[in-house]
Amino acid sequence: MGKKSLISITDFTKDEILRIMEIAAEFERDLAGGGVASRGLLQGRVISTLFFEPSTRTRLSFESAINRLGARVIGFSDVANTSVSKGETLHDTISVISNYCDMIVMRHTLEGAARYASEVARVPVVNAGDGANQHPSQTLLDLYSIKKTQGRLDGLKVMMVGDLKYGRTVHSLLEALSHFDTEFVFVSPSELRMPVEYRTLLDKKGLKYSELTELDGHLDDIDILYMTRIQKERFNDPMEYERVKNTYVLHAAMLSGSRETMKILHPLPRVGEIAADVDDSPHAYYFSQVENGVYARMAIICYLLDVKK
Amino acid sequence: MAAQEKIMEVQMIENGTVIDHIPPAALFKIITIMGLDRDTEHRMTIGTNLESKRLGTKAIIKINDRYPSPHEIDRIALFAPDARVNTIRDFAVVEKRRVEVPARIEGFVRCANPMCVTNHQPIETAFEVVSGASGEIALRCRYCEKLTSQKRMELKK
Repeated sequence: MGKKSLISITDFTKDEILRIMEIAAEFERDLAGGGVASRGLLQGRVISTLFFEPSTRTRLSFESAINRLGARVIGFSDVANTSVSKGETLHDTISVISNYCDMIVMRHTLEGAARYASEVARVPVVNAGDGANQHPSQTLLDLYSIKKTQGRLDGLKVMMVGDLKYGRTVHSLLEALSHFDTEFVFVSPSELRMPVEYRTLLDKKGLKYSELTELDGHLDDIDILYMTRIQKERFNDPMEYERVKNTYVLHAAMLSGSRETMKILHPLPRVGEIAADVDDSPHAYYFSQVENGVYARMAIICYLLDVKK
Repeated sequence: MAAQEKIMEVQMIENGTVIDHIPPAALFKIITIMGLDRDTEHRMTIGTNLESKRLGTKAIIKINDRYPSPHEIDRIALFAPDARVNTIRDFAVVEKRRVEVPARIEGFVRCANPMCVTNHQPIETAFEVVSGASGEIALRCRYCEKLTSQKRMELKK
């Protein structure tokens, strides 16, 4: 395999996505038993985590994955003390650093920065978020969470709630799930509905979807409830935000008729769209979802480096 | 009168190119693409807001002893997809070409997304040409993946 990067979820075929799911499950089993097999896999390797934009959670998840594989981490979590603050171009920063390591994991505020870095770097690049564009490891951990909790990826009914217009996580997850026999339910205020290009994609693939503007009363036959944050600044009219904001808040009482196996996912951080009383529900899965991020990232790193267990 | 005018326009050129059916709004972009604003060598006539049956109004460029390269024609097509490029030799039209919108374009157009890396770093832009809203074309940025609609297409400075 030549140098392969992961910049956008569409860089992976369905088979590659399924392979990542398998590898992630193997790592999960190994770590449950002490992580002996994982520990030496990347011994002697060096992986750079370049966070041009701070993101503690994503960086620590990647660094945890790298450490559990036995590789060393170099990098920065803030550009203040780097040549970037002196005006160095992204081209030069990436060219130099790709000589120091076997892989680059990067986050950047600018959209397309990771794709460009993958063209410049001599080593694989993993996009850990480029502005509002892509964050494919989040998508793979979401998918892994779905597979793990439902036992399958085909034949599921997935409800996406919140800001479906600008939310990059829902767009990427939709693209990934469109490889499988998925039925979608989109719940959002009308100004934040799922963009036409994604609805067209589902039409082309012959996948069913419906659109709602209310959450309550529609949860009984859902397998995965994917909640996202609605940001006030997305509304042209602040009054409209005030009017709809409570429509998209999930409370424990709304889950009484839900399927026993239904799980609630959220890319986090949440800011009030899931009430605290949901946390104790057997449906709440958003904190376990975070744990799956480490397994998914271990799988991504090993797959791109072509290292087999 | 209109027919006479048409003959006059073509007859003015002995050898060269007539680019016809340009939307007036795209004229200055095409002038820039072909570098005509800096051309002090070739004799040329540029007309705009002329009557056109097909477009309502149109612009036209007539230029002596200058033949646009395939690369320039690809770029012209992006802003004037209905343009005709006519080659003139000895006062006669020897070739009439419709322009064709290319599948991919590199450089010269700016990505409309202000957060795109190509607007902040010295990077050549690259786009895939896709169909946009209401039959128009749109450009999908290779880097930020966002669409630039035909209306928002601007030349890169």
